[in-house]
Amino acid sequence: MFEALSDRLQEAVKNASGQGTLTEDNITEALREVRRALLEADVSLKIVKAFISKIKDRAHGEEVLKSLTPGQQLVKVVYDELVELLGGEHKPISTEGKPNIIMLFGLQGSGKTTSAAKLAVRIRKNGRNPLLVAADVYRPAAIKQLQSLGKQINAPVYAVEDSTDVRSIVSSAIDYAKENGHNTVIVDTAGRLQIDTELMAELVILDRLFTPAEKLLVIDSMTGQAAVGVAETFNEQLGITGIVLTKLDGDARGGAALSVVHATGKPIKFAGMGEKLDALEPFYPDRMAQRILGMGDVLSLIEKAQESFDVESAKELERKMRTKEFSLEDFMKIQKQMKMLGSLDQILGMLPIPGMSKTDREQIAHVGEKQLKRIEACVNSMTLGERRNPDIINPNRKRRIAKGSGIPVDEINRFLKEFENMRKMMKKMTDMTKTMKGNPNKMMHKLPPGLRGKFPPF
Amino acid sequence: MVFDIFKKFVGQGENKEKQDTNVSEVTEQVNAEQGIQAHSDPIENNETKRNLFGISFSNLKQAISKTSESLVDNVLSLTQGKQEIDDDLLDEMEEALIKADLGIDTSVDIIEKLRANKNKIRPDRIGEFLRNEFTQVLGTTNSNSLNIKNNQLNIFLITGVNGAGKTTLIGKLAYRFNMQGKKVIVAAGDTFRAAAEDQLEIWTNRAGAEIVRRDGADPASVVFDAINQAKEQNADILLIDTAGRLQNKFNLMEELNKIKRVIDREAPECLSESLLVLDATTGQNGLKQAEVFNEAVQLTSVALTKLDGTAKGGIVIAIAKEFSLPVKLIGVGEKLEDLKDFNPNDFVNALFEK
Repeated sequence: MFEALSDRLQEAVKNASGQGTLTEDNITEALREVRRALLEADVSLKIVKAFISKIKDRAHGEEVLKSLTPGQQLVKVVYDELVELLGGEHKPISTEGKPNIIMLFGLQGSGKTTSAAKLAVRIRKNGRNPLLVAADVYRPAAIKQLQSLGKQINAPVYAVEDSTDVRSIVSSAIDYAKENGHNTVIVDTAGRLQIDTELMAELVILDRLFTPAEKLLVIDSMTGQAAVGVAETFNEQLGITGIVLTKLDGDARGGAALSVVHATGKPIKFAGMGEKLDALEPFYPDRMAQRILGMGDVLSLIEKAQESFDVESAKELERKMRTKEFSLEDFMKIQKQMKMLGSLDQILGMLPIPGMSKTDREQIAHVGEKQLKRIEACVNSMTLGERRNPDIINPNRKRRIAKGSGIPVDEINRFLKEFENMRKMMKKMTDMTKTMKGNPNKMMHKLPPGLRGKFPPF
Repeated sequence: MVFDIFKKFVGQGENKEKQDTNVSEVTEQVNAEQGIQAHSDPIENNETKRNLFGISFSNLKQAISKTSESLVDNVLSLTQGKQEIDDDLLDEMEEALIKADLGIDTSVDIIEKLRANKNKIRPDRIGEFLRNEFTQVLGTTNSNSLNIKNNQLNIFLITGVNGAGKTTLIGKLAYRFNMQGKKVIVAAGDTFRAAAEDQLEIWTNRAGAEIVRRDGADPASVVFDAINQAKEQNADILLIDTAGRLQNKFNLMEELNKIKRVIDREAPECLSESLLVLDATTGQNGLKQAEVFNEAVQLTSVALTKLDGTAKGGIVIAIAKEFSLPVKLIGVGEKLEDLKDFNPNDFVNALFEK
């Protein structure tokens, strides 16, 4: 996502940074590229203009810091402005109200129903006990869709078959939530056009009757210049409290994100990042801006890693790596944890690997995932003893493993050799760390300031 | 505000009876504010008896009023009082075209053409110039009517990103063909999204068509079964629904390609249209969608959905220009007959007609 925008900005600034100083001329040229990039990213024209003139002022006014080249300085200015435009600090979701009511609304097909289910998964992680309410009474099978999603995530769904009275559905859902100990009620409403007065009135009535703590506008990140109008109207009529930006795992440049935040002054609270039901992530403007500029999203990756890694088993793994006890069994454990981080493509996307295009990444991920599956098949055909001590695998055993997994013997040989090399490397690396006079943090100095000390312990 | 007082009273519904009175009061109040006369069920609006598949000129104008506003009015208002075409006017016009989602490249092309001819064109004739440009772009592509052959199976493969409106479009298409007396079968190829098959079945029932569904199965196998059933029953039309997918998902695009291969193998020469469904509010990503879906399933046409008064839809001009893909259908509302044939001349005329 945002790749094309980041490519362009990088290109623009690279041109500028090839020169010794930041002059009027090269800024103007770079800014023209920035303008074009933002427009191609569907950022609304009005906002692009404001953004450009702001950057121009700041770039001129600001003295180039001694430690930075003029090019870096311009990147910094663009980055700071992008962060600000995207809404500054991450804003958490409100838990106010008994029960806490969260209402989702937006245009048809923006992703409300899926987001509702994802949101339930998300807030349950924070210890909430959500009830999903099927208030989309118009679209065929919308209720069934929510019910089926509810089943998948094991969350209760409140629905009234054959009723089109949204007010009474929500009202009785709230009663039900109170009786059954649900402290958050997530209301999925029907998709509607912002000019459909009757359906907009329905939302206004729900708002006045039940005063939801969160009124979240769900908006598709592929939306074009219309995004501003949509966001403005919903905000005027309902006073939205935040935005859920969906389908950000696509390759839309996502300028709509900038537009809606600017138009409403409300923060993007969540970003939909994939088809899986845990793929709703908090939206961090600073990270998004880093990503736009091609700095990668290392922070998100670390946070995900911390969520999925079990600290104790990570410590144990670390010990094994040091002592060359590291076995194929441990290797598979790491594989499993990697999988919990997301697909290879997602993980690669979060890393700042220079020169790696989106297509490269997809291809590597595609090949990589295939390879991993083969390795998994191979290890699964081994006995416990073989996994713990691969040295005992003789030609006879290899033939058996090949039969069991369908992987040819020479591929198994190659894999075992690579594994042995990896083990040696690990040993070397851990030895090296030891000789660094007990200061493993030395390595960390190479990382950007925000990341130091944040890696999971493995 | 009066409503702040209301809010206090309404509370969280401790007293059911009291709340019910408030419900009606709030409802009346909101309706009055919004200028709504009486409550009517939005899905059961009066059926207007008009030409079912063509669209009347006034309805078309209504549907694309926003497009017209941003594409024509905004651009032409700039030319008022101008004696000649100068750089300022050209810059402003370019911006107005960008605002209509035409994209930078298409906008720049049009403006550069105008710049090259700026001494030959008077500012008050710019409207005519634009009209020609748009007609040319939308009309250079082959035919804008659906490719249907009589006395044989016609397969429609319907693809698009998540939420574009594929399932709804299929419901409307099934209705259209059924009304024309054709035997229609629908393949529920979206086996991924929760309840997608149910949604499709409701639409097919409304449309009077038959559905082939194998919930949770591999989509290509559903298509395989549907083709066989269509052949056995001598169906005229087979509409294939597919799961929404973002075009950068390599594996999902491969899956689509597999479906296409199954069609080519099982029913060669029967694929009438490989149709991309595009949400009219889509911005520049629409170009990317057209490009990548085209690679996977060799598109023959585009359907522009949700074109009903708010969307700008300028992206179709960019797509028609870049990929020579004809727009064949437009979705202008929620009812079964709200899927209309697209006619570039009418479309451009409606854009410019006052």
